[in-house]
Amino acid sequence: MGMVRESQFHVLAVDDSHLDRKMIERLLQKSSCQVTTVDTGSKALEFLGLRESNDPNALETHQEVEINLIITDYCMPGMTGYDLLKKVKESAAFRSIPVVIMSSENVPARISRCLEEGAEEFFLKPVKLADVTKLKPHMMKTKLKKEGEKPSEEENATLKPEESLVVEMILPLNQELELEQKEPMLSSNKRKAMEEVISADRSRPKYNDITTSA
Amino acid sequence: MDAHVAQLQMQYRNYILSLYQQGFLDDQFTELKSLQDDGSPDFVAEVLSLFFDDCVKLVGNMARALDQTGTVDFCQVGANVHQLKGSSSSVGAKRVKGLCINFKELCEAKNYEGCVRCLQQVDIEYKTLKAKLQDMFNLEKQIVQAGGIVPQVDIN
Repeated sequence: MGMVRESQFHVLAVDDSHLDRKMIERLLQKSSCQVTTVDTGSKALEFLGLRESNDPNALETHQEVEINLIITDYCMPGMTGYDLLKKVKESAAFRSIPVVIMSSENVPARISRCLEEGAEEFFLKPVKLADVTKLKPHMMKTKLKKEGEKPSEEENATLKPEESLVVEMILPLNQELELEQKEPMLSSNKRKAMEEVISADRSRPKYNDITTSA
Repeated sequence: MDAHVAQLQMQYRNYILSLYQQGFLDDQFTELKSLQDDGSPDFVAEVLSLFFDDCVKLVGNMARALDQTGTVDFCQVGANVHQLKGSSSSVGAKRVKGLCINFKELCEAKNYEGCVRCLQQVDIEYKTLKAKLQDMFNLEKQIVQAGGIVPQVDIN
């Protein structure tokens, strides 16, 4: 399928488990994303250039990287994925980067908390390829925002209507979130979480009511 | 030559199916295999290697935590179980994961004897799985050496 040049999406993956880092890296590579993995929230912040360091030289070594998405494990020693999410969303420079949380535990309160704090998605581990392919719209949103214009490349022409439809669907909802009108969506998510917990089904709760495009 | 390859392939198929049927592996293992391709031909082996490293490390930690004469830190044991449960879940090691679920409950109940027994079972189980998967890899090697292709096995 000819899509937007997918190799341009760069994801920062954070997980203290070496095995899980390897998994998420492969999943993202398989989705044609460039991946950087780190094992702590602190290192993630350093990589972004957000870390306040006592070292006056720290800022000089920070690299200009464009990250299109952060995917992080929730349970990590020291800075949790939730802490990292908060720090990113509190930062003027980086708050527009979509953040996705992963967790091995289905805890509705935890999920709500993360979504309230601005996480785009909450994936239950083990994360699958089907989950990762859902990230494209979130990353495309930031890419298009940055570029300002609609993509002009020939190869994107056929997808333009679809893309703009996705973007139009996402942006208003995002604004809605920022205006603290989250209650309806959250309570439906909470309901979903509860239902999923009760059901013995293998399927996991998907907190992505936003993107329904193919 | 072809008959030999075909026989090996059939042996391989049956072996994989039996691993699923006997509950050693679940869907996540299938997912793992699907992530392997020509670009990452050793992905499954690498991930499994990390898994078994985790098993050795975590079982060791738990053994030490349970070996205290006096107070046992069940939170510590539980934390290690949690990690092992995560790893086993990620690779599709169904039996190990199942044991971890029980183990977690035993930790929460601070059931010392139960934990010790469960740890022994975990130890046996991961080693058994390791041996089975080694046999699987050996069969794959034999197929390739005989000039064949390792078949994709449809679990359903």
